Amino acid sequence: MKLKVITGILLLLFVLIVSCQNDKGLDFNRYYSAGKLVYQNHCQNCHGENGEGLQALMPPLNDSVFLKKNIHILPCLVKNGFQGKITVSKRNFDWQMPPANLNYIEIAQALTYITNSFGNNLGTVTFEDVTAAMSKCK
Amino acid sequence: MKKLLTAIAIILVWSACKFNSNDKKLPIYGNRQAVTKVVNGQNVTDTVYQTIPSFKFINQYGDSISDKQLAGKIYVADFFFTSCPSICPIMQRNMLNVYNTYKNTGDVNILSFTIDPKYDSVKVLKKYADKLGVTGKTWWFLQGKKDATYTLAEKSYLVAVSKDTTVPGGYVHQGYFVLIDKQKRIRGSYDGTSPEQVTQLIDDIKTLKAEPASANTQ
Ligand code: HEC
Repeated sequence: MKLKVITGILLLLFVLIVSCQNDKGLDFNRYYSAGKLVYQNHCQNCHGENGEGLQALMPPLNDSVFLKKNIHILPCLVKNGFQGKITVSKRNFDWQMPPANLNYIEIAQALTYITNSFGNNLGTVTFEDVTAAMSKCK
Repeated sequence: MKKLLTAIAIILVWSACKFNSNDKKLPIYGNRQAVTKVVNGQNVTDTVYQTIPSFKFINQYGDSISDKQLAGKIYVADFFFTSCPSICPIMQRNMLNVYNTYKNTGDVNILSFTIDPKYDSVKVLKKYADKLGVTGKTWWFLQGKKDATYTLAEKSYLVAVSKDTTVPGGYVHQGYFVLIDKQKRIRGSYDGTSPEQVTQLIDDIKTLKAEPASANTQ
């Protein structure tokens, strides 16, 4: 009897853990696949189908170190646009990115997509992450 | 012997026909007019096609560029602006393929007219060209009076452009690449955002290059 209860509880715990993990995976997948569409409609023209950029005009999106280092300001850059000198993939860029007409969830989706494509693997950028970042925009 | 000659003749005629049917011709676009003149006491009707009128713009090097420099040359024209957030980067991505194919041939030019001459000064155009990796005298980024640019786009190259503050970047315009022949006639119009159509353009330029410069009538 005791054994049955313990097994039952363990089973419950197991199901809970698995489903939680699944939830995380599900969340990521949702952000990622929606992000792909946002990317195609709002970013791909400039940054390219494979995040390859365009000559010395548009930077590529495959520099994981750059993206990781700047992950907390990326929402601001995307939302408000920016210009100035930056170094991406050991190359210098100095043009301008226009502000994107996107809401926070779309920005989270787009950022999840780019930071987990083109050889990047930085995990989910959530709506909460973007909201927090946006409150600190310069 | 006679049989052999006949056989050769047949083969020759056949191959000539064959060659002819492969000899593809590009259409001529724009308005046309039938003009009848009297030659040696006889009425002769000729078709006169729409041509690109004379124009004068400044390129990214600060040089004045007019239709005179393009006399007898094939060129591709498009309309863009450097701060364009929508279709321009993808047009330039595709135009780079045209540029890379013909940059060393000397008889093909590319003319990218800015529709935002206020912002796109010669200096901005030069910076843009440099960053795109465009050098030499094949691809010109041209700046001129706004009215002249818009008239040229709509009346001559048949590409619609206009200011519209409700769209990103502030302008709507069509991303066509327009192919102009040695006689200043429109011979093709391609969606500059479609890699397939731009590949077709690259092919069609080859066809045009093979066309004799004096082939006025069709
Ligand atoms: C009109 C072209 C354009 C569009 C559209 C655009 N970008 Fe950019 N982006 C740029 C340019 C140009 C820079 C570099 C700016 C500079 O040199 O200062 C840049 C920089 C970036 C950077 C930082 C540098 C890097 O390569 O990692 C990120 C991240 C980025 N863009 C993401 C996006 C996302 C996400 C979107 C879509 C929501 C987007 N961009 C849409 C042109 C564009």
